[in-house]
Amino acid sequence: MGTTASQLGKDLLSEYQELTFLTKQEILLAHKRFTELLTKDEKDLPNTRIPMERILTLPELKSNPFRKRICHVFSTSEQKDGSLTFEDFLDLLSAFSDSATLEIKSHYAFRIFDFDDDGTLDCGDLEKLVNCLTGETDDTRLTPEEMRQLISNILEESDIDKDGTVNLSEFQHVISRSPDFVSSFKIVL
Amino acid sequence: MAQNVNFDLNHPLVEAGLESPVDEEGVHDSFNQLIAEQSQNGGLSDAYELQQLQRQLDEEGQDNVAYLSSPDHDFRDRRQGQRGDEWEDGERQIDPLVGERWSSATLKILSSMPSRTIGRSRGAIISQYYNKTMQLRRRRQSRPAIRDFSHSARPSIRGYGMEADTPDAEVTKRERLVNNLQNLSVSDRVRMLRGMPLSVAEKSELRRLALQKERRTLSGKRIPCCSRLKYYIIIAVRQSWYSWLSFLHSLQLWQVALKRVSGRFGTGVLSYFLFLKTLLFFNLFLFLVMGVFLVLPQAVHPPTLPAEKCIFTGLELLTGAGSFSDTVMYYGHYSNYTLHRSCRDDGGGQNISVFNGTRPDCVSKHLSYNMPLAYFFTIGVAFFITCIILVYSMSKSFGRSFRIDKSHSILAMKVFCSWDFKVIKKTSVKLMSENICTQLKELLAEVNHKRVKNTVGQRLWRLMVHGLAWAICIAGTTACVISIYFFSGYMHEVWLGGLKNTQNIQNNLSLLALPVVVSLINLLLPGLFNLAAWMEDYQSPSVRTYVAIGRNLMLKVSVLGVLCYHWLDRVAAGPTLKMKCWESFVGQELYRFLLMDFIFTLLDTLLGEFLWRLFSEKVLKRRRKPVFDIARNVLELIYGQTLAWLGVLFTPLLPAVQILKLLLLFYIKKSSVMMNCQAPSKPYRVSQMTTIFITLLCFPSFLGVSVCVTYTMWSISPSSSCGPFRGLQKMLQAGKRWVEQLEEDNPNLSVLARAHSYLVENPLFLFVGAGIFLIVIYFHSQVVDGQRKIISLLQEQIKNEGDDKKFLITRLQSIHEQKRTPARRLTNQDSSC
Repeated sequence: MGTTASQLGKDLLSEYQELTFLTKQEILLAHKRFTELLTKDEKDLPNTRIPMERILTLPELKSNPFRKRICHVFSTSEQKDGSLTFEDFLDLLSAFSDSATLEIKSHYAFRIFDFDDDGTLDCGDLEKLVNCLTGETDDTRLTPEEMRQLISNILEESDIDKDGTVNLSEFQHVISRSPDFVSSFKIVL
Repeated sequence: MAQNVNFDLNHPLVEAGLESPVDEEGVHDSFNQLIAEQSQNGGLSDAYELQQLQRQLDEEGQDNVAYLSSPDHDFRDRRQGQRGDEWEDGERQIDPLVGERWSSATLKILSSMPSRTIGRSRGAIISQYYNKTMQLRRRRQSRPAIRDFSHSARPSIRGYGMEADTPDAEVTKRERLVNNLQNLSVSDRVRMLRGMPLSVAEKSELRRLALQKERRTLSGKRIPCCSRLKYYIIIAVRQSWYSWLSFLHSLQLWQVALKRVSGRFGTGVLSYFLFLKTLLFFNLFLFLVMGVFLVLPQAVHPPTLPAEKCIFTGLELLTGAGSFSDTVMYYGHYSNYTLHRSCRDDGGGQNISVFNGTRPDCVSKHLSYNMPLAYFFTIGVAFFITCIILVYSMSKSFGRSFRIDKSHSILAMKVFCSWDFKVIKKTSVKLMSENICTQLKELLAEVNHKRVKNTVGQRLWRLMVHGLAWAICIAGTTACVISIYFFSGYMHEVWLGGLKNTQNIQNNLSLLALPVVVSLINLLLPGLFNLAAWMEDYQSPSVRTYVAIGRNLMLKVSVLGVLCYHWLDRVAAGPTLKMKCWESFVGQELYRFLLMDFIFTLLDTLLGEFLWRLFSEKVLKRRRKPVFDIARNVLELIYGQTLAWLGVLFTPLLPAVQILKLLLLFYIKKSSVMMNCQAPSKPYRVSQMTTIFITLLCFPSFLGVSVCVTYTMWSISPSSSCGPFRGLQKMLQAGKRWVEQLEEDNPNLSVLARAHSYLVENPLFLFVGAGIFLIVIYFHSQVVDGQRKIISLLQEQIKNEGDDKKFLITRLQSIHEQKRTPARRLTNQDSSC
């Protein structure tokens, strides 16, 4: 399954509508924005893969501290280089759309926050997460002492089976208690 | 949510066969089997592993070499003893699984545990969704009759059609998932496919396989023609539903503008604009209903105008009086008779009498329109539908934001949920990071340090300060309310006195005095409240927000209360000789209030936001722009909407005015926010605040309006010379008379008449309804309490499972160590020789 050069066929469009949480307008808009990122040669090839650097020029992702992780999570390339096809791009938008369920959003949020891809959030992941949240400049970062305390507090609050890491179910348990998550985990083109 | 680890070896899924768990594609059924396998295979792979890992282990010191040199029995006991010590040491927060150094084999097993791979492996997701689809199939299919299945079938899956699934051990979970998907209904299948966190390519593959099978089975069976028709109808309905949804989505109002606002300010400020949009839709609905059922028929059949005609001066736009006063805008213009398509040529100079009069001998009876009845029912139905929509959205919002278990995972929630992905602008992202850092530091300080206990003296002092602040606020509110009371009475006397000369501009302008005073009070008094709050110095920002909302609400409710008293008691019951139509007058008052509210909001935006920003930048030399106060602005919106709802009975066109006002307000506020403000730096809980605002819109605002309108219709006598209810004792009687008339025409409908009189006029019905409602609420709160208890029990259970897991891991490790020690001793001896 791939996209034809410049237009989406009707069957493909209805299939994407069934498989993702996007409406027809959103899919067409995504297609338009995706093809804008293609170079002239790439436009004729079906199923092109856009490298991560070009995806990151999109204004919706440019300033997001999690942009590289987002590309890695949704990428289906074998080289694990974060490049996205059009369908990966639709996956991304579907997970971040208005009508996506809490399960999908929390699943992908967990994978985005899992920096070492080992299936759980351990201390290293949490530390990298907090550093992404608080920014790159030194005056907004937490001191190592505060970081240690923060991580131990987080583990105390959310690690129910006390194995030192937050796995997917524990993460989803924390997320389900915050009603603001669904509205803040959104990207709209 | 992840599945529980299943230790039951007799579980049917276990019998279906295990693949190696280390494999990415692998499926997970039993942990116990894994351990058994590992301990059996340990001997074989040991030697190989030793050669490989020897250097690694020595370098990393993962295995504690001291243990390995001690004799077997001592070693085991000591190890278990140490483990036991560690586990019984309840004060240690860092648990053994992290603190220990495991061998790489154990680490490999740990990393392939079901609870850890569910977040990343495709196979795990497929098996999880296999289980979900299986559950869904069980739920959807009704239990078949007992004679329909074979005796040897397993009881738990008997009759669900799963014997048809091939029990072949080679069939992978993926194919079973496809099978399940095929057996689900179309909408269920679509929902399942959408909800799977797999990539689109894989999902489309699953879908293709499921549809392929379906086509094959469909063509195989003989389908009766009516179910095929049903199938086509369902597909057609689904397609039309999708196209209707996309059409609605394409009509989205202000999408680009809202995206810019949210990209810069985040979800908090966006919620204000979304609230504005909601109010706009409410008013649009009211306007359509009023327009179609009231304004249009009356405009098409204008009544006879009085002799004096007023010239249009510009002042009408401000006061609403003058030449506007006898138009469809106001109550007084509406006829109190049944409108007919008149078959006479002279524009109906005669006043056709109300109900008992004779009807003209016109053939076009079907075009008659009973205006008083229409007025009464339109208002009633519009309010009822608005009430239902409000209660529905309020309960939905409440359900979203209410959480059962009151656990305090504030830090974890802050870290996981606080990043707003909608923010795009680089400076806003930086600002958000700074805010999060500050909030994290504050929360850490709050959570980890014991709160300093105040001495008795300090507590008394704080109580005194709070009491003083509240006393100031209440005194200010009471003073304003009393002054409005007397001022309104005075202005009314002045107006009545000057009524002889209706063209007097000064008299007309004096009408504007009361709205101006009320709007000034609404603008200035919240400043006083802010000063009081600054004096009190609250520690928690959310408490400060709630107190501010409470005080503002108190002010607005009292102001509206005294105004309603003024209109419904003084104006309505006052001398009717001088003022012919009190309802139109009240309608005009409300129009003026709405207009003044808008003008003062504009002024406040100009002064409060624009000039204040210039002032703070140039004079105070602050780096930051002023913060957009979301709560205060939303309360202003609610106040305006209350006025609009109050006025609907007296001014059917008031929703149109409110629509115009909201449209202008959107663009003005948007430009002001973009130019002058920055996002709030304090944490703003969007969901909770939205619930509070919708509740405020429903309870004090809409409920108060309904009470006023009901009181007006029930107890106040309408004017005798204008409006659709002239000549009646109460407005309610319009409905009663119609029912009586129906009864006269058709004696069979006396049941309806009696039912009507019981339901509408008897208050017992309301009491019984309210009682049932309260009982239902009580039951639901008990259910919620029970669920809380269950949640704490389940958490205990999960903790125990975690202990089990730790035990098994350490056993595995110890078995591994045992197997290794003889081999290691051998190599040591070799090397020493």
